[in-house]
Amino acid sequence: MKNKRRTMLFVSGNRPKLVQESSVFGADAVVFDLTNGVEDSEKDCARILVKEAIDFLDFSNVEVIVKINSLDSEFGVKDVEIISKVKPSAIMVSKASEDQIKKIDSMLAKLERQEGFEEKAIKLIPTIETAYALEDIQNIISASERINAVFFDAEGLASDIDMERTKGGEEILYARSRVAMVCRVAGINAIDTYFVDANDYEGLEKDSQKAKSLGFTGKAAVDGRQIDTIQTIFVNRQEMRLVI
Amino acid sequence: MEITKAAQAGALEARDVLVTVEPNNNRGVQIELKTKSVIKKQFGKQIDRVIREKVAELGVENINIKVEDKGALDYTIIARVYAAIERAV
Repeated sequence: MKNKRRTMLFVSGNRPKLVQESSVFGADAVVFDLTNGVEDSEKDCARILVKEAIDFLDFSNVEVIVKINSLDSEFGVKDVEIISKVKPSAIMVSKASEDQIKKIDSMLAKLERQEGFEEKAIKLIPTIETAYALEDIQNIISASERINAVFFDAEGLASDIDMERTKGGEEILYARSRVAMVCRVAGINAIDTYFVDANDYEGLEKDSQKAKSLGFTGKAAVDGRQIDTIQTIFVNRQEMRLVI
Repeated sequence: MEITKAAQAGALEARDVLVTVEPNNNRGVQIELKTKSVIKKQFGKQIDRVIREKVAELGVENINIKVEDKGALDYTIIARVYAAIERAV
């Protein structure tokens, strides 16, 4: 499937109901999240559930991405090893760094050979959620040819630098601008952060419009009800050609 | 593979299943399924088969498995059985 990525619906990888219903909302991509919302004691369960779900369920109408734990944690390596076997479209790397991207690229190259997959079949999407990553984004996206998008996680950044988040988003203007601009130059998708209030459609619309005007090509959703609003804002972005 | 302790995986939530495993003394694979009677009647044999296939694939020969089902599809049952057994090794 062509990587449109105007909308990316994030669902917890440890909730079977959410996983199997994720494709019905019309998002361009679903992200099975093994990080946020999954307690450390359940990360092994989430990993196995996502692996079995991708293998069993029909996701032919949506791009499947899995967000893995950082390699700096005790879970990341196993996430790559298990999830790569079911060949998701892309692996989203939390707390991405240049070093981590290089390591995962190397791991995937070996696993793809072992499984008989096409070389670089599994793409990478680094998550920019730390101040260091934001400033080092150029090196991060240059670290692997598999990278065809970046996800900007404002909540993660806010946590990293003790920033207060607001619906208006003025505090993330610089970060958004930097991510969007670097991605535009690199010719890859720039996916904007979530709008966490799933009941505020007006706020979501404004936030999505703001992201689009800064150059983002798509936006994350935390609830299926957000998809239509985001899609409407970003639909024209699809007409612009990006190297995927 | 031999399990050495009791372990659990999953949850009592919609579309999920809570799987509890424990070793037994060479009594083979014993499965106890707890679900709605209509589900048990319609899908009990399939659920049993799916579990036994996964247990055999993992090479476990002696195990008690308790399954509390909340409408899980096969892939969820397989995943939770696998996770519980991995935790019990």
